[in-house]
Amino acid sequence: MRNFATLTRMRIQLTLRNKMFLFFTVLMPFAFFFLYAGVFAKGQPLVVKFFLGPVVALTVMGSFWGLSAALVMFREQGILRRFHVTPVTASDMLASSIVANYVLMFPTVLLEFIFARSIFHVANFGNLLATFVLISIGTVSFASLGLVVASVTNTMQETQVINQLLWLPLIFLSGATFPLAFLPKVVQNVSLFLPATYLVQGLRRAIFESAPLSDHNVLISLGSLVCWAILTFFLSAQLFRWEPEVKVRRNAKLLVVATAIPFLLLGLWENKFGDIPAQAQSAFDSLNGPQKSAPPPDTPK
Amino acid sequence: MGHSILEVENLVKSYGEVQAIRGVSFTVEEGEVFGLLGPNGAGKTSTVEILEGLRDLDGGRVSVCGLDPQRDSQALKHEIGAALQSTSLPDKLRVMEALRLFSSFYKRRRNPEELLKRFGLEEKRNAFYSQLSGGQKQRLALAMALVNDPKVLFFDEPTAGLDPQVRREIYDIIEELKREKKTIVMTTHYIEEAERLCDRVAIVDHGKVVALGTPRELKTRSGGSTRIEVRLAKPEPDGALKNLEGVADAREVDGAYVIHSHRPPQTIVAIVKHLEAQGNELVSLEIASPSLEDVFIEMTGRRLRD
Repeated sequence: MRNFATLTRMRIQLTLRNKMFLFFTVLMPFAFFFLYAGVFAKGQPLVVKFFLGPVVALTVMGSFWGLSAALVMFREQGILRRFHVTPVTASDMLASSIVANYVLMFPTVLLEFIFARSIFHVANFGNLLATFVLISIGTVSFASLGLVVASVTNTMQETQVINQLLWLPLIFLSGATFPLAFLPKVVQNVSLFLPATYLVQGLRRAIFESAPLSDHNVLISLGSLVCWAILTFFLSAQLFRWEPEVKVRRNAKLLVVATAIPFLLLGLWENKFGDIPAQAQSAFDSLNGPQKSAPPPDTPK
Repeated sequence: MGHSILEVENLVKSYGEVQAIRGVSFTVEEGEVFGLLGPNGAGKTSTVEILEGLRDLDGGRVSVCGLDPQRDSQALKHEIGAALQSTSLPDKLRVMEALRLFSSFYKRRRNPEELLKRFGLEEKRNAFYSQLSGGQKQRLALAMALVNDPKVLFFDEPTAGLDPQVRREIYDIIEELKREKKTIVMTTHYIEEAERLCDRVAIVDHGKVVALGTPRELKTRSGGSTRIEVRLAKPEPDGALKNLEGVADAREVDGAYVIHSHRPPQTIVAIVKHLEAQGNELVSLEIASPSLEDVFIEMTGRRLRD
């Protein structure tokens, strides 16, 4: 436990000294934030509030990118080997990555909310507790995804390729960039198989529709992400490699597919019985409805 | 056996088809500096990594401080210290932070300040790892191996890639540890290093121990003879040099002829006369007292070089 704590402190310290960190964890999310809030939402408070979920989800999901790269770099440079001759365990190493990532991510997310209030005058953020829990679970589960990517790839190049392959569907098919309601029916069907969709839609539900923790769809989002986080963390601990020259076993890559099973089942269920696309649609419609009849009072002219 | 701090019995390890270690056995006594000397790829590093609990073994038995590195790896790690080959630290970690961080992992700890002073890193205490020179990095690696005041130290090629002056600095450090009666297992492919630092040496080649003993024992075993190395203008037929006066052994190694002689002056005269008679010419001649290199050549027919 003590090793885990000191490692976490080291990871936070090292990340703060890294300029790449500033770019990926601070500048990029804020660029997204101002793009969505300023350009897409044209600064209208209600629309900014609608886009806050997707923006925060993007910030949170970005975790896996930096985490996988950092871990693979540690392995490739022989840094993990040095820790391997000490009593530090694989779980210490992995858990410290996740917690350090959480600590570093949180101020960025918090600032996004503060900016939404102070710059774009968003009056309230829906259900704060549900939002907070979803963000926390989301950060941990996507960080875990990063650990799995690090475990199943042998080189930095491979890692970056996999990251790209994961990132694109996660942001385009989940409603994180284009609202789910905006996407064709087929894509909506596909999106229900993606973990990112449950994070984005859960956040929309909590922030935009003020759904509490006990809400049916918030619970589905939380439950599925928790399951997934546990599976991916367990798997990455099993596949963890300290040595750069030890390659990942062939059959291990199959196990990765196993972590997708919860979302495969959930996707089937939601496609048949769920109401997530319908909810997303009505949330999206509510943006246009009142605006056409009554423009926001603070708009000039 | 019985009270040795480290025991290796018939150790076997393969990587796929390649047999890296084929039945290595040796023991190390407390307070001893034990060297594994051999060319790259001889299986030295694999042996040490198994002893450190970093790798699993395929066959045989090893025990370090009475522990099985495979079964009791967690307990073992508190007892050993290591300076590994091809390892590194995060670029943006400071020297003092590294010592503090690594000492925090152990139950038994040494004062990091004292280590910093002892390894001459005081001025670099706040420097990032990436700002250190090769020698400073290696000194830090050795200091880090001592943070838990270990019972056994493993140094894997402690001076590889360092320039001669820095290498001597590292020798001084190891000699000091030796005076403190630390048990050290080190690997090297430098003859000089093994002769200067090790109480006993196992010469390893192709995954086997080909000779084991104190450097002195090994050298007397090679005949206690002087080494004469000659290069010739034309090749000599095999065996021709063997029959000259005083010659114990002669063989061709990498285009040179390494001759061991009990009576060097007579042998040199005999060589010159022999070459004259053959119409051959002497290109160069070197005389040296026997070294572990000769033992290695004798056992393997090859030179111990990169």
